[in-house]
Amino acid sequence: MNDDRPEDEARPDEAPGDGVGGLERPTGEHRPRWRETLGIVLANKLAAFGLVVLVVLILTAIFADLVAPYAINAQDLTRRFEPPSLQHLFGTDEFGRDLFSRVVFGSRVSLQVGAVAVSISLALGTFIGLISGYRRGWLDTVLMRTMDVLFSFPVVLLAIALVAVLGPSLRNTMLAVGIVFTPIFARVVRGSALSVSQDLHVRAARSLGASDLRIVFRHVLPNVAAPVIVQTSLSLAFAILIEAALSFVGVGVQPPEPAWGLMLSDAQRYRTQGWWLSVFPGLAIFLTVMAFNLVGDGLRDALDPQQRSVIESRGAGGDA
Amino acid sequence: MSGPLLSVRDLNVRFGTKRGTAQVVRGMSYDLHEGETLAIVGESGSGKSVSTLALTRLIPTPPGRIEGQVLLDGDDLVTMPEKQLLQVRGTRVGYVFQDPMTSLNPVHPIGRQVTEGMRFHLDVSEHEARDRAVDLLRQVGIPGAEKRLDDYPHQFSGGMRQRVVIAIGLACDPKILIADEMTTALDVTTQAQITDLVQHLQEERRMAVIWITHDLGVVAGIADRVMVMYAGQVIEEASVDRLFAEPRHPYTVGLLMSLPVLGDLRGEALTAIPGLPPSPTDLPDGCSFHPRCSFRDDERCLTEQPPLREIAPGHHVRSFYEVDDATARAASAAQRIEVEPPEASNDDGSPDAGPPGGGRP
Repeated sequence: MNDDRPEDEARPDEAPGDGVGGLERPTGEHRPRWRETLGIVLANKLAAFGLVVLVVLILTAIFADLVAPYAINAQDLTRRFEPPSLQHLFGTDEFGRDLFSRVVFGSRVSLQVGAVAVSISLALGTFIGLISGYRRGWLDTVLMRTMDVLFSFPVVLLAIALVAVLGPSLRNTMLAVGIVFTPIFARVVRGSALSVSQDLHVRAARSLGASDLRIVFRHVLPNVAAPVIVQTSLSLAFAILIEAALSFVGVGVQPPEPAWGLMLSDAQRYRTQGWWLSVFPGLAIFLTVMAFNLVGDGLRDALDPQQRSVIESRGAGGDA
Repeated sequence: MSGPLLSVRDLNVRFGTKRGTAQVVRGMSYDLHEGETLAIVGESGSGKSVSTLALTRLIPTPPGRIEGQVLLDGDDLVTMPEKQLLQVRGTRVGYVFQDPMTSLNPVHPIGRQVTEGMRFHLDVSEHEARDRAVDLLRQVGIPGAEKRLDDYPHQFSGGMRQRVVIAIGLACDPKILIADEMTTALDVTTQAQITDLVQHLQEERRMAVIWITHDLGVVAGIADRVMVMYAGQVIEEASVDRLFAEPRHPYTVGLLMSLPVLGDLRGEALTAIPGLPPSPTDLPDGCSFHPRCSFRDDERCLTEQPPLREIAPGHHVRSFYEVDDATARAASAAQRIEVEPPEASNDDGSPDAGPPGGGRP
């Protein structure tokens, strides 16, 4: 069959070299979408750097027991406020605890808060957004106005209020941050779901006898995944930052847990005793947040079709 | 086969809008028999798509409202519970939609989309479904079908995608296939292949086809019977031969007059029907077509809705009178609207904007 030539020529977005042999194009060259995406992310040097930092960070958190030379709360009151040395890489704090070990263990707290909080908001927000965007009508109005109310509070203020009600603890901090972020996901998902629900392929699926549930999860959800993935990565950064802020003001993680925000708070009390007390936990927060942001930006570029075609044509311009 | 496969009686579809109730389909009735091809023609907004979507309640309700009776093998689809209706969609009534570029889900490989319906309608394993999908894709003319199951829609050209969409529509062996402007988005060569393909499959499966189009050329080639729709109503219904040879409604006459005739070298301009169709929220009193009708010769046209009359066996017209051939020709000569050819002198040279129907320098 050679009927499709005019069709192919009329469509500039079709891959180059698709004209004559288009129908018999080998399928082996096609890579799964996620690998393609990863390739584009890694081609972006900043995003690649962010990804490396993240991997190191995650490994550190997992193997904290092996990485940290001292136990979390091992005190040595004879060696308080020692500056960084080979024995204590980041120095020691007011109880003579090894700051490096505490920063290492702190990565667990930060990543845990980030992961759990964002999972909560991701699940809740996606669910609410999907229902709103697919169902529309009064349900959409009610859900979205509720989200707007949540959204109108300053994030940290709302989190503090929630923790004040629930009581300060690691678990409640995660819960509070999760609730605070829900509207962001709900809005992103709803916007995309609204437009995807109008697509012809959704009507086609319905004409085949697919139920609402099936349509939402198999046909709408995968099509809204891209913005959600980007939002997840950016929210992780923000969640960690908020946890640090909450711990810093004393309504988040409670001592003696090794949270970075808490260490900063201590450091502020003893700021005349040594610069290392604040610099290293601060650096840890900075690196983590930056890494998530860089990866998020990279993902956005990779998953945005317009950006993507620019990147691809730049990268693959030669073989046309 | 004795009774009709599908029997539609007095189908009405309304939409509540901000500007009042839109009557999109009004009093539509017809029968469809096994193996038959029924064409529904009409311009955009005449209600042809909505009328077929309403058959299996695919339009959102609210704001839509469907009234009347749709009997499929004796089951009334208008009152059937939604759960049962899910079983009807895809297995007994299949749809193929207009735009092959958007009818496929971009994030799933096509194999999965072809097998999806089978997995929840037919009791088949994943393996069997895959085999069937290969079979279907081969039947609709996709080369190397088994190798292409895991390809994504963007890796196919428009014609190939339309074939995939047809395969999906046929996957659960529907008794009735509704082809909604199926070939509109395709170029002429592909169009011909797709119509051939559907006719071939139809003969093989004894399937009934409702073919929605505004392309009278396609209708002439494939249909057994034609319904012409205007402002939500069927205004003329006849066998395809009769409709083309002896159109009797002013609108149908106008439509046929507006077609170019192959081999007609006189270079005459095409006739157009003046005016626009009425808005479904603001239909005129009397006959819906009267504001645009150039044959109007009855006072009742302005005040009374004409009934759908049978003027010959199987030939129905919604009009108080019939346009005969001589009147039609005379009127068209008088009405002829000159389409001015672009002047050659100040032609700024766009290559594809030539005058329709010849006159090239």
